[in-house]
Amino acid sequence: MSDTSTTVQAPPRQTAPAKSGIGRGPIIAIVIALLAIAGTAWVWVAVPYYSGGHGMPGVKDFFPEALLSISGSDPISGNEPITVIDRIFIVRIVAIATLLAVFIVAARRLTLVPGRFQAALEWILVFVRNNIVNEVLGEKLGKKYFNIIATIFLTVLALNITGVVPFLNIAGSSRIAIPLMFALWVFVLYIGASVKKFGVFGFLKVATMPPGVPAVLYVLLIPVEFLQTFILRPATLTIRLLANMIAGHLLLALCFFATHEFLFYATHNYQYAMWILTFAGGAFFFALEVFVAALQAYVFAILTAIYLQMVVDPEH
Amino acid sequence: MSTVWFAAFLAAAGDDPAAGHEAEPPNPLVPEIFDIFWSLLIVIIVGVVFTKWVLPKFQEVFDQRAELIEGGIAKADKAQEAANAALAEYQQQLADAKGEAARIREEARAEAAAIVAEARTRAVEEAARIAAAAERSVEAERQAAAVSLRTEVGALATDLAGKIVGESLADDKRLSRVVDRFLDELEASSTAGQAT
Repeated sequence: MSDTSTTVQAPPRQTAPAKSGIGRGPIIAIVIALLAIAGTAWVWVAVPYYSGGHGMPGVKDFFPEALLSISGSDPISGNEPITVIDRIFIVRIVAIATLLAVFIVAARRLTLVPGRFQAALEWILVFVRNNIVNEVLGEKLGKKYFNIIATIFLTVLALNITGVVPFLNIAGSSRIAIPLMFALWVFVLYIGASVKKFGVFGFLKVATMPPGVPAVLYVLLIPVEFLQTFILRPATLTIRLLANMIAGHLLLALCFFATHEFLFYATHNYQYAMWILTFAGGAFFFALEVFVAALQAYVFAILTAIYLQMVVDPEH
Repeated sequence: MSTVWFAAFLAAAGDDPAAGHEAEPPNPLVPEIFDIFWSLLIVIIVGVVFTKWVLPKFQEVFDQRAELIEGGIAKADKAQEAANAALAEYQQQLADAKGEAARIREEARAEAAAIVAEARTRAVEEAARIAAAAERSVEAERQAAAVSLRTEVGALATDLAGKIVGESLADDKRLSRVVDRFLDELEASSTAGQAT
């Protein structure tokens, strides 16, 4: 036999048949990952309510016991200790420290050709710039206000996302002062920008007298617009974010609390069905909360841009 | 690290002094002073760091990158323009050179024609001159021959005639008369012979 067999080429390797759409593998992987996340989330959300011995999830979750307090003379409540640091404060510090660390480290080693880390952060910033700031304000004004709006977006996002971070379990923005401070910042920002551009009376005219309306209607419109500019916009900014975060936490915590209760404590005919149902609900709300955290940051940022645009660039 | 403070949280949550009497939870819409204080601090710190340092740095990089890309495009445009200009110049030079060559060729041809014409006229003149000179020399030869012939034929004829008539034709006058007459006759006969 001749040794031609060594020169015969191997048959071309079989390539996997082209699939249309997503295969079954990734879907199963995603489902398993979601179940694992929900399972651990259940543990880290529900267990503290039992080990802490302080009952069902409720509004009191947003007013945890003080970790540090000073005994002061509160004029209203007498000599009760004044809370200085509590759990939500720590959650906020963790979120803000992480945010600052990530962005400061990135900003110190920025390069023209970004690595993965920088590219990921840039992706977020470019999203804010293109889809929030420039979309509403246009390129020229957008460049001026990008820094502030991006800061608001990133900080609100960081404080929202702690609601689904293990062991933090609660959104830093789920107690009113954070949404309120951001809303006041936005309030000062749009009033300041407009007054700087049009003067005090110019700003009042722009804010309360929308053009292209019959003069008679101003009797009705001026009070409404005044209320809008000075009260409703900051108030709705605050309450929208606050209520979303409170409701999200309560839904998530109640579902997992119920799962725990039905699985370990309750004696009920349908308790297994109930714990599966509430566990599924908890998993769903967990995913929903991730989405809502990002959505509310987006809404806050885009409303900032819109409110600015209304009083700074009223022609458009 | 998170587990450490989680444990701390659990410990702190465990000995809640207010756990005994179920206190009414505060109104979530009413901010507390300490909450406002910390929140304001957070907003100020993050606001200053991000708006004054972090995001301007990012913006700078975005701008530099945009500039680099736009600069690259501009540079490419400029290079293209330069190449186009060079091509046009080259083509212009080529056309000029072609025109120049054609002109030189035309000139050379004209010059050659002129030289040829000049040479031809000069040759014709030279030929005419040579022919004229030859003619002249022939004429001179002929005349010399005629003269010498005349003298020789005269002497011969007189000699011959003297011998024949026995009388010296010493008389020169007569002699030259006789010779001339003879030569005239001879000439006449020769021209008549030529004519026939």
